[in-house]
Amino acid sequence: MLVIRDLVVNYGAIRALHGISLRVERGRIVTLVGSNGAGKSTTLRAISGIVRAASGSILFEGKPIGRAPPHEIVRLGIVQAPEGRGIFANMTVEENLLLGATMRRDAAGIREDWDRALALFPRLQERLSQSAGTLSGGEQQMLAIARALIARPRLLLLDEPSLGLAPQVCQTIFRIIREINERGTTILLVEQNANAALKVAHHAYVLEVGEIALEGDAKKLAADDNVRKAYLGVH
Amino acid sequence: MSTLRARAIELKPGLLPATVRSVWPLVAGIGIALTLQFFAKPVIGDFYAKVLLDIGTSIILAVSLTMVNGFTGQFSIGHAAFMMVGGYVSGGIVYYGSLLLFGDVDMAGGLVSSMIEGRDVPLVTRGDALFAVSLVAGGLAAALCGYVVGLPSLRLKGDYLAIVTLGFGEIVRVLIQSQTGDVLYTVEEMKERPFVGIAQMFTTPSDEWVTPIVLSLGGALGFSGLPFYSSLFWVFLGVGITLLVAYRLKESATGRAFLSIREDEIASEAMGVNTTQFKVRAFVIAAFFAGVAGGLFAHSIGVQLNPGELGFLKSFDIIIMVVLGGLGSISGAAIAAAIVTILPELLRNPAPLLKVWPVFAGLAALLLIATVFAAATGRRTRPLIAWLCIVLALLGLGFGARAAAAAGHNLGDYRMILFALALILMMILRPQGLFGVREIWDRSLWRGIAESLRAPAKKGGTSR
Repeated sequence: MLVIRDLVVNYGAIRALHGISLRVERGRIVTLVGSNGAGKSTTLRAISGIVRAASGSILFEGKPIGRAPPHEIVRLGIVQAPEGRGIFANMTVEENLLLGATMRRDAAGIREDWDRALALFPRLQERLSQSAGTLSGGEQQMLAIARALIARPRLLLLDEPSLGLAPQVCQTIFRIIREINERGTTILLVEQNANAALKVAHHAYVLEVGEIALEGDAKKLAADDNVRKAYLGVH
Repeated sequence: MSTLRARAIELKPGLLPATVRSVWPLVAGIGIALTLQFFAKPVIGDFYAKVLLDIGTSIILAVSLTMVNGFTGQFSIGHAAFMMVGGYVSGGIVYYGSLLLFGDVDMAGGLVSSMIEGRDVPLVTRGDALFAVSLVAGGLAAALCGYVVGLPSLRLKGDYLAIVTLGFGEIVRVLIQSQTGDVLYTVEEMKERPFVGIAQMFTTPSDEWVTPIVLSLGGALGFSGLPFYSSLFWVFLGVGITLLVAYRLKESATGRAFLSIREDEIASEAMGVNTTQFKVRAFVIAAFFAGVAGGLFAHSIGVQLNPGELGFLKSFDIIIMVVLGGLGSISGAAIAAAIVTILPELLRNPAPLLKVWPVFAGLAALLLIATVFAAATGRRTRPLIAWLCIVLALLGLGFGARAAAAAGHNLGDYRMILFALALILMMILRPQGLFGVREIWDRSLWRGIAESLRAPAKKGGTSR
């Protein structure tokens, strides 16, 4: 579904990605794990068109999307729930969710996805008219995911959904991520919490200072001794 | 669970209610404008009618800038330039239109545009029609400028955008200021070939121009001799339409996209909002209303349309209004525009404040008791103390003026210092502006303030 080849991204003089290649198959959860500054978020931003690649190619269903602006990419069906939740704090929950439908014109379809998203996150239903900045961290993350779902993504990009959340809330979020995937949405999940991410994902890539260090079946990686030592904090 | 469907039905009423709902604010606006025109002026007198006129123009400017600086969160500091473009286009159309159609540039408006009493004319005349057309044309010209400037510059962010808009403002000002030649034709010649004259300005060497009608756009005098069409009716009709458009815009899908850019530009992009396009849209709409305000300003009594007055100081005045009202609040911008316009006039002569000193003293006493009570019961005292300071400051101002007068000074001479002090205090006590991003009618705003009064004081914490 998504194929990235030799992607290089620079921030000014600093090279954030040194030519990474990865592949996301339809219907799966693929995770990208690694420590701070490894280039995980940069990869997602490049896919979303928020940062431009210096070289390399990004193909979505066979079509190159490396030069497309962000709003075109959303139209193609790649939607990101950005890091730090990226909710619109001074707007109501309802307005936040409606912004998910920015690129859509099919009222019936929006309604369907709206109901589905709120069924996944009943907590949001109660808080529709509340301003989003007053939600708790976990609720904000739920809002960010629900908002992305209302855009009806074919490929959902999640950037650190567990960031700053209590372990309990984290579990809920990961359960819902699996549920979203089971309903047919392909997911590319970026996580620092490698443990949780490897549990939920089918396939995994380990990113290390801008390069892919390891890749493979998520279950196998999670069981691999070296990976456990280096990334999962198990000794 | 079908909440969106219910909301959609609620938000999309039938044809008749929809029509009524969209038409009544306009009808109400025209009603209020007419009332002001015919009843307010005799009551408040010519001077305050003129102040009210300035307030109206300021409200249009502040609310239009709110769409860019407030809704979209882009920092534009060249708003006066759009006003200038609108003013000159509108002025040009009225001036030359009057020459061509009526034979002279005298005021030809009816009662709706007459600020001078006792004229025996119908309610609306063709002069008014010309003026209305000129306002729209001025707005459109400014909007076009907004598009041309906005398209390249709105790809910039923050400081860079501010610098570009500042530069644009100065370019427009200098261009117009330097147009000081004696230009154009006699009335008869204008009638014979109305458009040739303007074209020839650019193709003929200046010493060959035929000059009986003297017109300079810039220089020391500016564009002089414009008839005074701007009345309370026209200005407040403009205010009504501006407020209506701003409010409806804020509640629309486009408005939501504007706000999302302000809240988090990256997240907004990630949701598929074409941020550059929406920023340009906000810029163009704001420029349109600034242009209309410019047209109204150009035809106001006591105004000589002069680019010197519409430089970046004017732009800053408008920004002060928007920031004071709360970035993103329509009602805040409107109220702040009124305050910023009226305060220097009030400070010109604050002695009359003393006439009602018992009211102020009573208020101060009440606030003092409330503060002591709040402090004793462990509630927040800061808001009460702030109000106490305001009341005492007003009272002090009255006494100060009297004392100054006794010593042979006029406190009004120092009014801009006092005004600046008031602004500084305001920014310390309430940095988010009067209403923050909310509107005066938002219950959450007042609930927040009420809660902050009721809630027990927290160490170092402020409630939302």
